[in-house]
Amino acid sequence: MSTERRGPLLRMLALARPRGARFALGVLLGTAATGAGVALLAVAAWMLATAADHPPITALGVAVVATRALGVGRGVARYLERLVTHDAAFRALAEVRVRVYERLAATEPFGRFRSGDLVSRLVNDTEATLDLLVRGLAPPLVAVVTGAGTVLFLTAVYAPGGVLLAAGLLLAGLAVPLTAAALGKRPGLRQARARGELSSALVDTLHGAPDLVAYGAMERQVARVADADAELTRMARRDAAVLGFGAGASALVTGLTVGGALLLGVAAVDGGGLDAVSLAVLVLTTLAAFEIVAPLPEVAARLGAIRACGERLFGVLDAPPSTAEPSRTGLSPRPGAAAVRIRGLRVRYGPGEPWALDGVDLEVPEGATVAVLGPSGAGKSTLASVLLRFRDPDDGRVEVGGADVTAYPADELRAVVSGVPQDPHVFASTVRENLALARPRPVDAPPPSVDGEGRDEPSGDGNADLWEALRRVRLADEVAAMPEGLDTRVGTHGRGLSGGMVQRLALARAVLAAPGVLVLDEPTAHLDPDTRDAVMGDLLDAAEGYSTLLITHDLTGLERVDRIYVVREGRVIQEGTHEELSQREGWYRSVLPG
Amino acid sequence: MKPLDPRLVRAAGAVRLHLAVSVVSGVLITGLILLQAWLLARVITGAWAGEGLAALGPAITAVAGVAVARAVLSYAAEASALHSAARTKSQLRRRLVAHVTGSGRVWTAEPGDGHGSPRAGELVTLATRGLDALDDYFARYLPRLVLAAIVPLAVLAVVLRADWISGAVIALTLPLIPVFMALIGMYTQERTERQWRLLSRLGGHFLDVVEGLPTLAVFQRAKAQAALIRRVGDAHRSATMGTLRIAFLSALALEVLATLAVALVAVEVGLRLLGGHMDYQTALLVLILAPEAYLPLREVGARFHASMEGVAAADQVFAELDRKHGSPVSGGTRTGAPPEPVGRPHPAAAGDLRLEGVGVRYPGRDAPALSGLDLSIAAGERLLLTGPSGAGKTTLLSLLLRLHAPTEGRVLLRPPGGAWTPLEEVPAQDWRLGVAWVPQHPYLFDLSVADNIRLGAPEAPLERVREAARRAEADAFITGLPQGYDTRLGERGARLSSGQRQRIALARAMLRDAPLVLLDEPTAHLDPENAAAVRTAVVRLLEGRTGVIVTHDAAWARQALSGDLRVVALPAPAREGRLSR
Repeated sequence: MSTERRGPLLRMLALARPRGARFALGVLLGTAATGAGVALLAVAAWMLATAADHPPITALGVAVVATRALGVGRGVARYLERLVTHDAAFRALAEVRVRVYERLAATEPFGRFRSGDLVSRLVNDTEATLDLLVRGLAPPLVAVVTGAGTVLFLTAVYAPGGVLLAAGLLLAGLAVPLTAAALGKRPGLRQARARGELSSALVDTLHGAPDLVAYGAMERQVARVADADAELTRMARRDAAVLGFGAGASALVTGLTVGGALLLGVAAVDGGGLDAVSLAVLVLTTLAAFEIVAPLPEVAARLGAIRACGERLFGVLDAPPSTAEPSRTGLSPRPGAAAVRIRGLRVRYGPGEPWALDGVDLEVPEGATVAVLGPSGAGKSTLASVLLRFRDPDDGRVEVGGADVTAYPADELRAVVSGVPQDPHVFASTVRENLALARPRPVDAPPPSVDGEGRDEPSGDGNADLWEALRRVRLADEVAAMPEGLDTRVGTHGRGLSGGMVQRLALARAVLAAPGVLVLDEPTAHLDPDTRDAVMGDLLDAAEGYSTLLITHDLTGLERVDRIYVVREGRVIQEGTHEELSQREGWYRSVLPG
Repeated sequence: MKPLDPRLVRAAGAVRLHLAVSVVSGVLITGLILLQAWLLARVITGAWAGEGLAALGPAITAVAGVAVARAVLSYAAEASALHSAARTKSQLRRRLVAHVTGSGRVWTAEPGDGHGSPRAGELVTLATRGLDALDDYFARYLPRLVLAAIVPLAVLAVVLRADWISGAVIALTLPLIPVFMALIGMYTQERTERQWRLLSRLGGHFLDVVEGLPTLAVFQRAKAQAALIRRVGDAHRSATMGTLRIAFLSALALEVLATLAVALVAVEVGLRLLGGHMDYQTALLVLILAPEAYLPLREVGARFHASMEGVAAADQVFAELDRKHGSPVSGGTRTGAPPEPVGRPHPAAAGDLRLEGVGVRYPGRDAPALSGLDLSIAAGERLLLTGPSGAGKTTLLSLLLRLHAPTEGRVLLRPPGGAWTPLEEVPAQDWRLGVAWVPQHPYLFDLSVADNIRLGAPEAPLERVREAARRAEADAFITGLPQGYDTRLGERGARLSSGQRQRIALARAMLRDAPLVLLDEPTAHLDPENAAAVRTAVVRLLEGRTGVIVTHDAAWARQALSGDLRVVALPAPAREGRLSR
């Protein structure tokens, strides 16, 4: 995939593998609709020009019927076209989602998942496939087919007229939109920068309002917004002169082509090379034909945006897998609490990057609780990602239950090592389904559901295991008090729950998975201080009996753990129990309050 | 939603200018359309009648002239529209910013919200991307709306004179189009709204699963989700197609009516021409003009949804401008003109404070955030506020900062050697000049480090800024930044860790040099190393000042802070369930 040399638009198309037949039908219907509009005027012109010579009425019979049929057919064909192309595009999108997801699930580029914006942009970029098919691909195809047909027809009527129309359509449908898009590029970039300045000033004003008011700086800040606004507006007004080009050029090409057809046609009639009926058909068909290319300027602008989506999308999809699967199926790890032993672990995020972990030795004995303490950026979370097999060690050994983690396939290791990642995700579903996804299940069980349809209910033992897990994290009473108990919907990102409840729910999940090793990555980072102490206490109670690795940046609960490792700049600088460390001269004692 | 919002026209002068330009260019374009049609009909008929190229030459040249004139007009109209759009957006933005930052706005971070108004993010999007949708509305939609009003009438007038039957066909079908579209639109909207929840849940599923992918991976469920994504995608498609089948009906009605009318007119003039009731040139003129009567309407229809995004954004701006802000800062029970600020710190900030039965109830909340609080704070005293979440600790600080007025009770001040006066009789700006505040999540601005520290003292020379930073334990890491004190911090101070941000905020407070210091959980989210540095700085900041400190770490404060120290525990609030329905 990394050797891919096609453009992002083509790659998006390849990813979509549009349903050929359906999509072709859509394009065909679109051609019929657009063609009907042109044909209507051509037939009507022929009818009038013929009628002008007062032939018997039967001469017009076919034309009259055809005109009416075209009148109705055009609208109906357009309606069907829109339905068929949308249907085809939605089908393609459903497949693209699956392919994007499968790739993400295989490569696990979770390093990029830190920022929520990035994930939602990735999803938006995936959805751009729909736009690409419906608005980026279908209109040009329809225009090419219809345009070619119309040019062929006019060439048959009067060859120079056909050539002229071809030139006009190419100019208006290809040259003008491309030029306009190229002209718009620089103003677009310029304005994007100015818009960024404005947006940043606005963000500062609105989010920083309490600080601004408290320090009497609001007026100055509003002036800063006004400056940014004035700059953007000045630029937009200047660029308006460039961006008007497309509209003017299209009108010019259309008008001049019609004028040219008129000139050619009249000259030919004059010279005897063309009859008067054909002249009417030539001129009115040329006039109507520009409707074919009318949608294209917008396509050119849109394709630019879709291409950017594609570039970002493939930037993520092309990332190599973050861990190497073992070549042979690994030793199946032993169930039950397992010891963790880390020797000389080194990890960095790329050649030339600084070491995030630089020779860490650490041990979690079976059933013990061990804390890794250190300031943010000390490499603690990297440790969690190695244990959960989100990334491989660059050097050193990480053993779980006596075997190197890289010997296990990721999923087998995760059956033994589980936990609560930083910012655990709560699915927009019910409490039950958020829990049930962690249930250990037989290998052949159907895939779990997080779509809220409640089909995950096991018939046998009911919910006893779920309630037991909730009780362990002290969430059972609160869930029982909810209006629909386990079936209460928790909202997108669990917004219906408090921060403490989210952490407890996430831990209940980890407990339910019944792993041997529990990794808790900053489980209280986003809680307010009062909730934090309570949640930490309950987490440590619930972790009782597991080999637990608690990663934390503050001192809450540390007097309860069996051993503390202090990590700074990727190295362990101190280790011992809370008592030992607070007696001993060193970093830990220096940061204790008081 | 109205196609042309009268509020928009009233609100922005640029809109009126744009409308005037659109009408003028619309009239000119209509004239050119009629002229072109007449010229075409004239030349084709002339050629048919045997007039030579020489005789028709001037008319053909005129067609080219019309083309150039239309091109110039289209260019000018588009450029002017974008120009006006830029000005309108600027006018709306400025009104919006003036409104939301104006006096009377309640800015306090309510519990659970670290940053300003909860809707701040929404407002930023609205003021930038949201309003940008007006470009399309101005440049593409409004001019065509004007054309849709002028062209059909002009065409109708010409066609009626040439052939009343064709005129009647057009006159009958034209008004049917908007009527049908409105009827279908209403029906569609109702159906779509009914389906909205289902559609948004199905549509949001993919995002939810991708965001949760690390979690799914931990529980070995990642690979199993693909089938579900496919299934939900299919469900989403069929639900969407169900609404689209209806939604596209209005376009169908428009296309069928417009094209069928043209077809009927064509057949009708053809038969009349055949019967000798009409001459060739008139018939051609009618045929060429008939589609022109419907074209602007079709274009308006095609642009409608895209342009309505801009209108919707403008709508939101107006809704925001109409919104009344909660309890005003200078409110309270007293009436009469608020005193004028004098621009100097009020002496009472260095004096005693007394709260009598003070309560705060946020608009739209059932339970009060604070109620019946009696408290006195003597000059030079350090008050530690403790208590569980939601007890009103942060609210009390924002009260003292005058971001809020009490909804019950009163706050009294006594300047050294003076008499008790109600807080609201002191101008809020003067009062705040005597207060330094370090919030739980200080906001850092996308400015240089020095300017961030200077927030409350814009004129302070760099030497004093550095001194404040040194005392706040911030100088060392600031000098380590690429451009030292001139380093720009990026959006929301993204370059710095939370401990560093806290120390910048402390430097800000040092530089403010105010007699009253308000601290809100200064070490709550910090790692031990940063917390230790912040504690050292806090001790320095409080030297010789009155301090109100919200903290969960009362043990440390008791040990480290000398002088008068008093601990006040606020009681737990009445519990509010979050998932009650």
